Amino acid sequence: MAVLLIAEHNNKELRPFTLNAATAASQIDSDVHAVIIGQNSADAAKQLSELPVVKKVLSVEGAHYENFTAENFAPVIVKLAENYSHIVCSANTFGKNLMPRIAAHLDTSQVSDIIKVISPDTFLRPIYAGNAFATIKSNDAKKCVTIRPTSFDPCESTGGSAPIEKVDANEEFSNTKFIKREEIKSDRPELGTARIVVSGGRGMQSGDNFKLITEIADKLGAAIGASRAAVDAGYISNDHQVGQTGKVVVPDLYIAVGISGAIQHLAGMKESKVIVAINKDGEAPIFSVADYGLEADLFEALPQFMEELNKLNTIQK
Amino acid sequence: MKILVAVKRVIDYNVQIRVKEDGTGVVTDNVKMSTNPPDDNAIEEAVKIKEAGKATEVVAVTVGEEKAQETVRKALAVGADRGIHVKVDGILEPLAVSKILQKIVDKEKPDLVFMGKQAIDDDCNQTGQMLSALLNWPQATFASKIDVKDNKLEVTREIDEGLETIEINVPAIVTCDLRLNEPRYASLPNIMKAKKKPIEEIAASDLGVDVSPRLEQLKVEEPPKRKAGIKVANVAELVQKLKNEAKVI
Repeated sequence: MAVLLIAEHNNKELRPFTLNAATAASQIDSDVHAVIIGQNSADAAKQLSELPVVKKVLSVEGAHYENFTAENFAPVIVKLAENYSHIVCSANTFGKNLMPRIAAHLDTSQVSDIIKVISPDTFLRPIYAGNAFATIKSNDAKKCVTIRPTSFDPCESTGGSAPIEKVDANEEFSNTKFIKREEIKSDRPELGTARIVVSGGRGMQSGDNFKLITEIADKLGAAIGASRAAVDAGYISNDHQVGQTGKVVVPDLYIAVGISGAIQHLAGMKESKVIVAINKDGEAPIFSVADYGLEADLFEALPQFMEELNKLNTIQK
Repeated sequence: MKILVAVKRVIDYNVQIRVKEDGTGVVTDNVKMSTNPPDDNAIEEAVKIKEAGKATEVVAVTVGEEKAQETVRKALAVGADRGIHVKVDGILEPLAVSKILQKIVDKEKPDLVFMGKQAIDDDCNQTGQMLSALLNWPQATFASKIDVKDNKLEVTREIDEGLETIEINVPAIVTCDLRLNEPRYASLPNIMKAKKKPIEEIAASDLGVDVSPRLEQLKVEEPPKRKAGIKVANVAELVQKLKNEAKVI
């Protein structure tokens, strides 16, 4: 039986991690169908049909799908599930909210946040904030799997031409009402997919001081991250949080500034290719995962860092 | 309004996890155990709602072995009125826990069920959503703000793109983020008082729920270790290394 991929989108276009989830789905079985549920989402459905790994697109439209409410999405997918062996989506807040609701309806024990497909029924996933890896075999007839997007490469986004089939909408779940979404818009790359991330922690001491990080991030074309301590202190908004309960990032370069390196933070960034730590406490645990450690006062080091960057003839973007 | 809060006993968040040499799991013997951190936020929020006069009773429930009862006792010490301990040995999957909680909800008939958004041991992030599916109740996951209105909650949720606000009708499930509130510490007099509060013990086997595992944990291993890096003397050296050695800028 085929694998059903749940597309994540904003009604206009696919969200980038749909491509990573498609790769994971195709590693489970080459026959991947994708369902897109939304309101006026035809353009995103067309994009989905162009992914070469997707063999068929199921499109479900309805006003009550506009805001991706799990209570409205789950029954649609549960109904489609009889034709599929696996249901797959990203383990980001969209998938984390939705998939368990589907799994419970299907009486299936979900496998969350996998980082590797070992075989169609066996997966590798981190536990204890990534301090251990568990190999899990699912014995359920239908498998519900969420994938850690940064552990799978995005699939090709053009060249496919899968047929798009309309599927009937379900009734609205009336006990949940969407009120508003406050998205923080920025011209910087998305934290989850950026090539470089510059993150600040409690050591930044104030929200204003984050401008030292912003400056460097802009120069490097980097996204801005933060530790939970910095978000809790109100220095920066929650969508920047990297860690066990925030986002997992795997950039080419991760620069941790004024971050001590609690295991909960390391869980979100220690797979980065190159890690830099700038901290005045030479004993801070962040240095144990850093390729390059600089023991220094960040309020001196960051302006110097900016100066040195300005001296370079070229900077990779 | 009555609030049921589910709490889980996990390895304390400060403990350095060690994987067992035989690959069957992680070391739990002589390791400090605590309440799952966001479950503390769930208890705190329920107690605050009661203190604000918007709830009449807060009931703490845990599912697990003998010692799991410590988490209920702690909840009682910070303001829960009574406790329930569903006794079961061995590791339960979130699906099994949500089925047990469904039975407790049938019995207790709470208006709200709160719990942490994720347990920091298995990092599954499933139980609240599964329970709300089984009950066909609305779910507000990853809550960082809760406003109680008449038979409704307005909940702010932390999502990848920022914040989302939804309104849900009671009865409902809320899973709590660490930023929802600042959990209080139990005072000594309250810890003493909590010892007298009732905890009902229920054997999971009496609930008529199939809790047999569907997943097999074939192996638990250490993640690959990062090679130790170097310390650089100054910013100029750092930038040169990034440019010419690591070639990332």
